[in-house]
Amino acid sequence: MSGPSNYQPKSAFGKWMHERLPIMEMVQGSLLDFPTPKNLNYWWTFGGILAVMLVAQLITGIILAMHYTPHVSMAFDSVEHIMRDVNSGWLLRYLHANGASMFFMAVYIHIFRGMYYGSYKAPREVLWMIGVLIYLVMMATAFMGYVLPWGQMSFWGAKVITNLFSAIPFVGESVTTWLWGGYSVDNPTLNRFFSLHYLLPFVLAGLVGLHIWALHVPGNGNPTGVNVKGSQDTVPFHPYYTMKDGFAIVVFMILFSAFTFFAPNYLGHAINYLPADPLVTPAHIVPEWYYLPFYAILRAIPDKLGGVVAMFGSILILFFLPWLDTSRVRSGTYRPIFKQFFWVFAIVCVALGYLGSKPAEGAYVFWSRILTAYYFIHFIVILPLLGLLESPKPLPPSISDSVLAKKKPLAPAE
Amino acid sequence: MKKMLKTLAIATAGLLVLAGVASATEGQKDAKAISYSFEGPFGTFDKGQLQRGYKVYKEVCASCHSMRLVSFRNLSEHGGPGFSVEQVKALAATFTVNDGPGNDGEMFDRPGLPSDRFPSPFANGQAAAAANGGAVPPDLSLITKFRPGWYGTFNQLLNGIGGPQYVYSVLTGYEEPTAEIKAEMPEGKHYNPYFANGHFISMAPPLVDGQVTFDDGAPNTVDAMARDVSAFLAWTAEPKMEERKSLGFMVLIYLAVLALLLYFVKKKIWADQH
Amino acid sequence: MSTAVHADVNRRDFLFIATGAVTAVGAALTAWPFINQMNPDASVLALATIEVDLAPIAEGQEITLKWRGNPVIIRNRTAKEIDVAKAVKMEDLKDPIARSAVAKDDAPATDENRTIAGKERFLVMMGVCTHLGCVPQGDNPAKEFAVVEGSAKVGGWFCPCHGSHYDTAGRIRKGPAPENLHVPKYEYLTDTKILIG
Repeated sequence: MSGPSNYQPKSAFGKWMHERLPIMEMVQGSLLDFPTPKNLNYWWTFGGILAVMLVAQLITGIILAMHYTPHVSMAFDSVEHIMRDVNSGWLLRYLHANGASMFFMAVYIHIFRGMYYGSYKAPREVLWMIGVLIYLVMMATAFMGYVLPWGQMSFWGAKVITNLFSAIPFVGESVTTWLWGGYSVDNPTLNRFFSLHYLLPFVLAGLVGLHIWALHVPGNGNPTGVNVKGSQDTVPFHPYYTMKDGFAIVVFMILFSAFTFFAPNYLGHAINYLPADPLVTPAHIVPEWYYLPFYAILRAIPDKLGGVVAMFGSILILFFLPWLDTSRVRSGTYRPIFKQFFWVFAIVCVALGYLGSKPAEGAYVFWSRILTAYYFIHFIVILPLLGLLESPKPLPPSISDSVLAKKKPLAPAE
Repeated sequence: MKKMLKTLAIATAGLLVLAGVASATEGQKDAKAISYSFEGPFGTFDKGQLQRGYKVYKEVCASCHSMRLVSFRNLSEHGGPGFSVEQVKALAATFTVNDGPGNDGEMFDRPGLPSDRFPSPFANGQAAAAANGGAVPPDLSLITKFRPGWYGTFNQLLNGIGGPQYVYSVLTGYEEPTAEIKAEMPEGKHYNPYFANGHFISMAPPLVDGQVTFDDGAPNTVDAMARDVSAFLAWTAEPKMEERKSLGFMVLIYLAVLALLLYFVKKKIWADQH
Repeated sequence: MSTAVHADVNRRDFLFIATGAVTAVGAALTAWPFINQMNPDASVLALATIEVDLAPIAEGQEITLKWRGNPVIIRNRTAKEIDVAKAVKMEDLKDPIARSAVAKDDAPATDENRTIAGKERFLVMMGVCTHLGCVPQGDNPAKEFAVVEGSAKVGGWFCPCHGSHYDTAGRIRKGPAPENLHVPKYEYLTDTKILIG
């Protein structure tokens, strides 16, 4: 995980420790001195923001688990107990619930940044694939977390999503029954979801460790996509990027706080304040906003198994992105045509999200199908062809050159 | 940086479009957009109004609707109706609470204590349904949080979900059905276009002018009582709202200061890099 | 460290120190709700008083009930038990302080200070051994362990966990416990009804 380090223990204790466990050398090498391209823009700060959000979710989650009761007859009331009686309980719960949304908001920006700047391209394929895995585990964790308050949307969301597995040929029914621990979503389901919701974030933390390790082997990419040529292209991570990331994190916290304190239920569903009722389905079952594009893809296919395959396929295809993109140039900045297709793709994803929130009828279904088709065409047809056909703009000779060229028009202030 | 902020703003707006999208239940009329003292980032509850609303709940709603998540002691807690501890003891004692088992193994009735939650008028959902022609009167603790008065992503971001307005509109929104509608209306139902589950509601118009006499001499028209009780139910659903807003305000100021400082720190540190 | 840190030292230092200080204060304030959430919540605090009717407790009997999750012992003492307790000399006590929430903090451990004047018959105290928290046993018919030197086999309490002996006023007389059994805050609402807490 470490980069080059010139760590020299200063104190006698430091020396003693260094001979036994060189942890300070690792900290210095991978967190402080780590050479980082000097031209990273603010889109690169979302990695740090995500690390902070993961820790925030872990801490608030562990605390909520101290007050929450995973039982169908008490789960809803125990959440209200947190909201009404526990000291600062309302704050901790709103932080956790809105934190999940913020986490996804940041991860989507992080993913799209990677897509635009070709961060998945050699030699960072494994880094990218670990990232996709992290995203999958995040989705599973968030889904199970949403079930825990045991409101109407918790229950029916759980029922609908677990029913996806019944689409698997031959063993589907058995798998679903196994997931439920019964013939419907009930107490055994709630209990195991609670257990897994507590476990998976730690799996996530482990994967994030691998993600950072895989980042530190080739080092950071950068907006030009040009490799680092020497020390003139880099700055030490600390204090340059610790302070830049720190600033971005605090700005992100402002957004997070605005939701938590002034619109804490805006990103959730009102109907989830009604306790789960297995006999009454809400008029519209809609997942949390961060799942909506995939929900649209699921409903676009008029076949149960097909819908499920398309939905999972739309995420799994990301694993192959490093090989589907055939371009020799990494960064979208120097790919004029790709750039346009990138934004079309981004708009398609947002539009799919919009369609996912709408009832599956009429024009909504029609457009869901068109956009679902485009989603896959982007990966399977456009990206491979574009890499072969497009002629990229000339790349700057080095990172330093690009930084100098950018700064030139501006008169130096100091 | 500037360009990035712009992109970010557009992206955020896009996500918000997705976020709050919810579709209206079929045919529900948008709630009447009356305003309350607790709206907006600085809004607080009107204590007098909450006290009047409590009285309406107690004298009118409580005979059919439970409020099982609220305790009597909440009525004297900070950010609520502002009853004194003594007042809460007295008003809790006017309710009968089933407790036990006692030493003889039997359950017994006793006067309510501040630590008790509001007792439910019916022993269970089945009893409630049986007594009300099959329709269970919903628990009112959270009604202003689970019943939106209106929909639309930006509408809800700017105006909230309109939960208190929903309650107000249902209470004041009974109408004489047209002959056409009357033909469809099941026996024992009432026509109310604001009701969330279709236009036909089992609850008869619960309020009449002058029904509740307020200690502070405030008007007791149907309209005034509906405003008061809906405000009270906004508080029961979100009793920590005042604490949340005031803490949030301080947090935002703190973060803004810290962001500013970090911005200059970052600028200083990067000053030597071209 | 880079060369950036060297120039313009004073202004830089002030900015850095200010930012560090603001961050530290914010972190400390943020930590508080995360710690305070483990303190008793509002519903626990609200249940912190109970009313007890003393009328059904016959002389020489005691009841144990739960208050704040702990046992409270209420004993209607016999005249003999009271006499024995009153006869004990202060210098014989292991813990000379009353440990009573209804007396002053430093009141001596007389029988009077461990009860309420006029109601000496009723001894109200926590059934929590001051050693490590077990429940001392009273009313042992054999009275075998309730013996306290100088007070004969007339009653008192014995903690089975580590062998602490308490006399008929609930005062520690023998064994590892350091303090007398604590008397909680309580008051008489009527002649036979008390409110604990």
